[in-house]
Amino acid sequence: MAVRRLHPDQPEQFAFTVENTAWAKGVIAKYPEGKQASAIIPLLWRAQEQSGGWLPEPAIRSVCDMLGMAYIRGLEIATFYTMFQLSPVGSKAHVQVCGTTPCMLNGARALVDVCKRRIAEEQHQLSPDGTLSWEEVECIGNCANAPVVQIYKDTYEDLTPATLEAIIDGYEAGKPLKPGSQIGRRASCPAGGPTTLTDASLYDGSVMGAWRQRFAESAPAGVVEVVQPSALASPAHKAAVAEGTSPSSPGGTAPNPAALAALANAGLVKELNARGGGAPLSSDALEKMKSEYAKRPSGGGASTPELLKEPRGKGDDLGLIWGVGDVLARRLNDMGIWHFEQIAKWTPADVAWFEAQMDGFKGRIARDKWIEQCQKLAAGWRPDSAVGERPKG
Amino acid sequence: MLSDSDRIFRNLYGFHDVSLKGALKRGAWDGTKFFIDKGHDYIIDEVKKSGLRGRGGAGFPTGLKWSFMPKADARPSYLVINADESEPGSCKDREIMRHDPHLLIEGALLAAFAMRAHTSYIYVRGEYIREREALQRAINEAYDAGLIGRKNVHGWDFDLYVHHGAGAYICGEETAMLESLEGKKGQPRLKPPFPANVGLYGAPTTINNVESIAVVGDILRRGSAWFAELGLPNNTGTKLFQISGHVERPCVVEEEMGIPLRELIDEHCGGVTGGWDNLLAVIPGGSSVRCITAEQAMSATMDFDALAKLGSGLGTAAVIVMDKSTDIIAAIRRISYFYKHESCGQCTPCREGTGWMWRVLERMERGQAEKREIDLLFDVTKQIEGHTICALGDAAAWPVQGLIKHFRPVIEARIDQYQAQHRKEAAE
Repeated sequence: MAVRRLHPDQPEQFAFTVENTAWAKGVIAKYPEGKQASAIIPLLWRAQEQSGGWLPEPAIRSVCDMLGMAYIRGLEIATFYTMFQLSPVGSKAHVQVCGTTPCMLNGARALVDVCKRRIAEEQHQLSPDGTLSWEEVECIGNCANAPVVQIYKDTYEDLTPATLEAIIDGYEAGKPLKPGSQIGRRASCPAGGPTTLTDASLYDGSVMGAWRQRFAESAPAGVVEVVQPSALASPAHKAAVAEGTSPSSPGGTAPNPAALAALANAGLVKELNARGGGAPLSSDALEKMKSEYAKRPSGGGASTPELLKEPRGKGDDLGLIWGVGDVLARRLNDMGIWHFEQIAKWTPADVAWFEAQMDGFKGRIARDKWIEQCQKLAAGWRPDSAVGERPKG
Repeated sequence: MLSDSDRIFRNLYGFHDVSLKGALKRGAWDGTKFFIDKGHDYIIDEVKKSGLRGRGGAGFPTGLKWSFMPKADARPSYLVINADESEPGSCKDREIMRHDPHLLIEGALLAAFAMRAHTSYIYVRGEYIREREALQRAINEAYDAGLIGRKNVHGWDFDLYVHHGAGAYICGEETAMLESLEGKKGQPRLKPPFPANVGLYGAPTTINNVESIAVVGDILRRGSAWFAELGLPNNTGTKLFQISGHVERPCVVEEEMGIPLRELIDEHCGGVTGGWDNLLAVIPGGSSVRCITAEQAMSATMDFDALAKLGSGLGTAAVIVMDKSTDIIAAIRRISYFYKHESCGQCTPCREGTGWMWRVLERMERGQAEKREIDLLFDVTKQIEGHTICALGDAAAWPVQGLIKHFRPVIEARIDQYQAQHRKEAAE
């Protein structure tokens, strides 16, 4: 709860302009007979806009009179809803900086510092010339574009302290910058271009009427609809859900070893497919694989990859593999893996062995394409970044 | 990855024509009359069969909720659409309202028809001013084209109004929203009576999230079986995921329910900043749910049931990613401040408890606390949870519980550090 009070200095009176009075009548008409109190928030908001961005006490009374409400009801609303500014705000801009966690993680504190320096030390305090003010607000709901500020009706997104300075400059000069993302991306689309919605047939009108074939009269009654299977959730996962062994199963129990093994096998399949140049894995080969996998005592046994007690000469910097950090690199060293070429020649069985050694590693080697990365790295290629380069595809 | 042809929100980023003309070309308002002619129960039944669960956070089955509405009642029925998107991390309904508003308007007509309502209000959060304007433009288009309104082409009189709030998170709670819509402070009502019996203006009312309503048109067109086949059993369909925080490319994206979190972040966001080894924790469903550790995040799938089993929740599918540069105590402290700020003040455990938790976390962030206070803090969260009229008390308690459960050593180390520092200073 925020404790909010009316400003000590209030204007004498308030009256809606002719246009706003007509507009208010339209708003009140949205609600049923006798329920005109519903219109109080929109009317107070319009009163605040008319009063230069803050809500004076005579305006609250005026709106209550229009709606036939007791003044205390209007005062309750004005003090409860925090977008009603109870004291004057900057005449050119009132900067609302979102300070909630998603924005905070992306640098909202630095934006607050800019406001303190450029505008005023305290929130809701006017700048020396009275043109600017600021406040820290709770989540504005633009989290995928954090950090953000809202000024009047517009949001400015993907900010840095420097871009916020430029935005404040713009308002001071009476030439506000274009709202929205300040790094040039469209709405909440991933920077650099969309990862989805690239199929042009969605937009050429061909989807119109396509659904009607489901109801076509020629289809015999009782025919089961053909539904394309989902491409995403892996079959192994779906099967595990159906068996009740996955954490996603309705009413199921905690993940059991069988479910985890199924997922590990799914990782294996991916890996095999990747190494087989896209050739699908025969079910016989998979069964063989699985039985070998199951026979191996706790991941040890005969089929381990090449392991070295110490590096041949100087060990490679395994951190250059995308997806491997310092901790994991050390763990790999402890296991006897020092060189890119060791990983580059892993067989599917080696991958299975390795995944069995590690917790929470299911399918990660295939997903992050370790083997392909290591083949490149072993051949002398180096990424630009010390954390590696994300494999394409 | 979900195929593009299975996506419902085809103009999610606003690259295409937002107007009615563009929406028609993308398949909105296609066959609406055909489904209305099939009757109220057909629509409710299809939505039930699709397995759609409410997209506002709680995940209550949407079709079932609709079936609670009385079939014959002297009072008018209302559909209230919850666009008070204020959960930290959530920013999906905004994209629907400003880029695909006709899906929402069409869904509103279908839903209102299914529950025999002639009037619907969309309650948009006060901050979404441009979104509200965009939505109103689309509604005007629909009225002008005779798609909604009195004597429209669909044969079901339907009025749709945009209403707005003024910056109170609590108005996203359904009964607080009704209070606010009636022109009062947004303080939640006791249930029962439930809104389906006594809701807006004392009449039967159903409150649904924007996303839940906007998918209805496509569920009917493509069939409940199509929707039910996507995702996982009991967690069907597609969902707008919102990823913020420490990822390379934060975004909003429509994906299949049950997508592995890792795949979601790798495919659409370019991975965690600094790689997965640099991950500290993830809040998978908006600020109200408990965080999960990096290790849990590696194998987590994004559905209601799997995340509930991790002691967290899908919520609004607002994923907040925190890498190892994050001060996790400060991150949760800021969430606590949010709940302190947004508590409506009606119930004592929440009004007093949210401020109390925030003040203790302020000290713990500096290390200026005693270790026994960690247990005391946990105990206080348990006294708030479940002891308030609405779920805001729970929502305020859970993030703190998640912090203590997963990061107690961090809090203890901070306290040790503070004490060592001050002992040293005292000695000097």
